[in-house]
Amino acid sequence: MFSEEKLNKVKEIIARYPEGKQKSALIPLLHLAQEEFGGWLSPETMDYVGSLLQITPIEVYEVATFYSMFNLKPVGKYLFEVCQTGPCMLNGSDQIIDYIKQKLKIGVGETTPDGLFTLKTVECLGACGYAPMMQLGKHFREHLTPEKVDAIIAECRSKANAN
Amino acid sequence: MAEEKKLFKVKIDNISVEVEPGTTILNAARQIGGDIVPPAMCYYSKLQGSGGKCRTCLVKVTKGSEADPRPMPKLVASCRTTVMDGMEVANITSPEVQDARKGVVEFLLLNHPLDCPICDQAGECHLQDLGYEHGADGTRYEFKRRTFEQVDIGDNIKLHMTRCILCYRCVYTADQLTNNRVHGVLNRGEASEIGTYIQKALTSEFIGNVIDVCPVGALTDRTFRFKNRVWFLKPVDAHRNCDKCCGKTVLWMRGDEIFRVTARKDKYGEVEDFICDTCRFDTKEASAWTIEGPRKIDRHSVISQGHYVGTVKPKDTLVEVMDGRQPRLLMDIHSVSQVNRPEIDLSKIDGPAHSDDFNNAKR
Amino acid sequence: MQLLQNAGQKQTQTKEQVRRIINEYMGRKLLLDKAHIEGIRYYDTYRKNGGYEAAGKVFKTMSPDLVVEEVKKSGLRGRGGAGFPTGMKWSFLAKPEGVPRYLVCNADESEPGTFKDRYLMEFLPHLLIEGLLIASYALGSHSTYIYIRGEYAWIPDILEEAIAEAKQNGWLGKNIQGTGFDLEIYVQRGAGAYICGEETALIESLEGKRGNPRIKPPFPAVKGLWQCPTVVNNVETLAAVVPIINIGGEEYAKIGIGKSTGTKLISACGNIKKPGVYEIDMTISVEEFIYSDEYCGGIPKGKRLKACIPGGSSVPILPANLLLKTAKGETRMMTYESLNDGGFATGSMMGSGGFVVLDEDQCVVRNTYTLARFYHHESCGQCSPCREGTGWMKRVLHNIEYGKGKMSDIDLLWDIQRKIEGNTICPLGDAAAWPVAAAIRHFRDEFEWHVKNPNAAQQRNFGIAHYADPLPVAAAAV
Repeated sequence: MFSEEKLNKVKEIIARYPEGKQKSALIPLLHLAQEEFGGWLSPETMDYVGSLLQITPIEVYEVATFYSMFNLKPVGKYLFEVCQTGPCMLNGSDQIIDYIKQKLKIGVGETTPDGLFTLKTVECLGACGYAPMMQLGKHFREHLTPEKVDAIIAECRSKANAN
Repeated sequence: MAEEKKLFKVKIDNISVEVEPGTTILNAARQIGGDIVPPAMCYYSKLQGSGGKCRTCLVKVTKGSEADPRPMPKLVASCRTTVMDGMEVANITSPEVQDARKGVVEFLLLNHPLDCPICDQAGECHLQDLGYEHGADGTRYEFKRRTFEQVDIGDNIKLHMTRCILCYRCVYTADQLTNNRVHGVLNRGEASEIGTYIQKALTSEFIGNVIDVCPVGALTDRTFRFKNRVWFLKPVDAHRNCDKCCGKTVLWMRGDEIFRVTARKDKYGEVEDFICDTCRFDTKEASAWTIEGPRKIDRHSVISQGHYVGTVKPKDTLVEVMDGRQPRLLMDIHSVSQVNRPEIDLSKIDGPAHSDDFNNAKR
Repeated sequence: MQLLQNAGQKQTQTKEQVRRIINEYMGRKLLLDKAHIEGIRYYDTYRKNGGYEAAGKVFKTMSPDLVVEEVKKSGLRGRGGAGFPTGMKWSFLAKPEGVPRYLVCNADESEPGTFKDRYLMEFLPHLLIEGLLIASYALGSHSTYIYIRGEYAWIPDILEEAIAEAKQNGWLGKNIQGTGFDLEIYVQRGAGAYICGEETALIESLEGKRGNPRIKPPFPAVKGLWQCPTVVNNVETLAAVVPIINIGGEEYAKIGIGKSTGTKLISACGNIKKPGVYEIDMTISVEEFIYSDEYCGGIPKGKRLKACIPGGSSVPILPANLLLKTAKGETRMMTYESLNDGGFATGSMMGSGGFVVLDEDQCVVRNTYTLARFYHHESCGQCSPCREGTGWMKRVLHNIEYGKGKMSDIDLLWDIQRKIEGNTICPLGDAAAWPVAAAIRHFRDEFEWHVKNPNAAQQRNFGIAHYADPLPVAAAAV
């Protein structure tokens, strides 16, 4: 269940669309729910979002499974989404992916046993000029090198420890 | 106002037809009929919004209209393109269209399991027909095929996702005939599948119609599963008083036994009227129906290959031989088979009979 | 087709005329001219530096139709990739009584190699909002949506902040600047689907559905968002409306060559010294763009140019010799027409302006494989040629790249792409087919090399150095 504050946000989002078109708020609400409920969308979360918008559960599932940013399974606290498309490949994204795999001892799509890191390869994120790159949370980490990857991992670990 | 509606003149494969404005090329072609009708795997005239997806009905518009005679730059989906006055269309007369269609059939069959020998849809499958008519005799695909687990979605419906060609007809059916759709298209691209996401039963008075609209064997009737081959059954038109639907159905029978009930389908495989699940799944006693007479199953179906026309009734002697019991056979196999020849005495052959025994025997 | 027809018109201008235009407008910047100013992201600085003057001018002196006329005069062409004249698109918008009309800004920038819209939104949000304001006024849209790709997760905050600032200063909301015109701008995030850059898929997504492109007709100009008349324009297109109003459509049309008017943002990446977003007036040559210090600055480590994808991943790749000079031997310019000179046989496209450079060490097969994987990943799965064909191409390319290919696979690939192209609902099928077709067309021997040397192909995923040798060495920087 969303907090009072988030419910107000939901209302605000629904108000962006003409009356009766509240289904348009589905993707923004799924984003909101994913942030709120542990970084992934459980069936219960999706049903809840559907009930907020008065749409059937299948309408939510159809949409949630279509878009690659919605995680339908639990993910680690820090999700490394490394781009591997053309321009990033030209600048060595394959080596970066290999380096992360070796460093975290996980394969693509896997989560470290401590639940901290998940590695995911993604297609073009629109930062081709700053390749190789990855998305971590809201932001892009660009011009990756093995040293930068080390620093990012250390940064995440220390953040996790601080909590 | 007695204003006369202006009809549009359209030429498809050099055959002219006059149709009402707003008609699609496909429906104009159906008005002409015959070989020039493009095949349609996803379009279904009774389902709003269907069509445009499978791309088997692609045609070439060689002349846009009288006013703007330029040809259209790409092939168009005839099921979703409306005619213009003076339009000229090439379907079977265009090698380009035939080539593209062959490509589409190859794509549709790429991940299809080709499990027709164990598929209930065999014999009335649109993909089979399409494959025979436009397909190549082999595949160039050398990779592992996409597979899915088969699931029961409800007591009466089996979903074989592996066979699905994603025509979306069943989704439209659930949307337009029922008020609570619980299945839909999940995931994206090659991984797209029909599903409920969470194992859920499809329950609705009319959900059984998804079986009738499915062009392949992806959605099949569990009450008929593996019971019989459709071409061994005798389809008859029948009706009953039903408070939910029109009650007009086709019964698929063998002797007095009703193996399955479907809606009545026209020659393009579209139902004339949707029927309810009570008629379809729960009314299997012959006494509940008024039988009108045999139904001719039209167009390139295995069922229609002449086996039911001129059926020879079993000889009365057979009844005697069978100790007065009525034989279940409805046709005389001797009239259709090369193998069964009464002059060969099977008891004189050593071991199991081989085709050579029949072929080498003197006539 | 339209691009092909236009291709001939460049030749009507004499060399002298071209040179005069080049001299007069050389290096002119219309979109990014203020990008270097500190704080330009915020309203006060933007306003102080001439911001919202175009909007003010429109509200004071122009009727909506006049704005459309002005954009028509400018010859502005859609900057999202297709290059359709914007003014024409605007004039197609149906205007039935009592039905709302919508403007949607397409910020779902996902074409590999393209990152210009992100730059505009991140650094010049008010430029986009001013453009949206003018366009909404011209089209009569009172609720305008910016559909931004979900991965640009921090940019909606920037835009929403700018929208709030504009609202505080009376540029959005009710009765804007006392004209009686109302407008709200909303930012909507996508969630990771390249296909939503296609305008009808974008509309579906905005309606809260799967991003399946619609079957056209009806076009969005008649039935778009919520079945109402809708115009969908790219971020850069809408931003370009501001300078068009500022300097006038006719003046804008004088920049560039032929039908490639105005300035274009090019996002350059790949093996170049200075990757980034550049604003060019469409009068410079491709060679100058790659080698001049003002732009890409040449290729690092003294390597040679092997090939280039000049307009985002879906346009055909060109080998160095055909990139710098057309098949006719003319200098290839950075214009819609010149890049398309020779059609797809020997030319390419301007596309979305994603300029990807490959140096001599890069492997075309691997590059093509990653692109095929991209399109396979992004296919919506609605129509069969794209759903099945993109995966097939990916797998065949994977085999070739990893030393398991056969000679016949190359012809098979050609046949698959041929059967996808033109037969799908939306242009994603074409976009998936073209890169494969062009790679085989121009680099067939490299595919054959992979088949003949399976071990070497497996060991060296990053190019075949000897392979660049036959390519002409490009002249040094201009």
